[in-house]
Amino acid sequence: MVSLFTVEGLSGLLFFGFMGLTLAGAIVATNARSLIRSVAGLALCFLGVAGLYYYLNSPFVALMQILIYVGAVCVTIIFAVMLAESSELKQITSRNGLVGPLAFLASGILIFALAGLALRTQWRPAPCLVNRGTVENLGQSLLTTYSMSFELISVVLLVAVVGSLVLARAGRDK
Amino acid sequence: MYILVLSNNLQTYLVIGALLFGIGIYGMVQRQTFIGMLISAELILSGASLNFMAFNRFLAPDPTVGQVFTLFIMAIAAAEAAIALSIIIAVYRNYKSIDTEDVVDLQG
Repeated sequence: MVSLFTVEGLSGLLFFGFMGLTLAGAIVATNARSLIRSVAGLALCFLGVAGLYYYLNSPFVALMQILIYVGAVCVTIIFAVMLAESSELKQITSRNGLVGPLAFLASGILIFALAGLALRTQWRPAPCLVNRGTVENLGQSLLTTYSMSFELISVVLLVAVVGSLVLARAGRDK
Repeated sequence: MYILVLSNNLQTYLVIGALLFGIGIYGMVQRQTFIGMLISAELILSGASLNFMAFNRFLAPDPTVGQVFTLFIMAIAAAEAAIALSIIIAVYRNYKSIDTEDVVDLQG
């Protein structure tokens, strides 16, 4: 029994706020007419997900979520929207009217199946914890157990940066 | 009130992750521009990493595994966004449009 006016109650209320922020942002991101609005919805959704990460005992990942997704990815998408002006304002004529309802149906079935699976399974908690998952533990495991993946991901990022520069530069004189 | 302790429950996060994933799939099918599809792909990725973080918090014996995995997903998503956006810029330069229906050359 948790009363509303205690620390647990207020944090539960805040959790509902983050949950609503995530889902509302996702719906705005997929349904808004103009692309800029949809990027704003995406940023809202990422802020909500960062809050959920905070509730999952990982403040570092929450901070990285805000820094990378809201700060970098959303801003890059906004740059692309400004460079390639969208033509979504023109009337939608050449498409089948069934696409919207069918997409709704398919995603509804998918959500129903995944949520049913999550609710019906008996999840067994871990027997013991090796460490507490603090930032210190995270840094240690990132530089010992996962050091190879860490180096590989930096190579992937380097290749992606060089590749996107080459791609965006090709055919620039046209 | 039982509803206030939902944040300490594995199923809550799994359902939110499933909802994010499904909304992302819906947007992926229904959107008409490449940038809209990229935004939906980001939603799908964040649904997946929310699932990873939830399992990491409640079920994993080593609580750093899921966090490391989520950080890697973020790096991959950033690389993917950079590549996809430069492809979109290149397509826009050639076709003067980012509409998926316009970028067809081989359609009869």
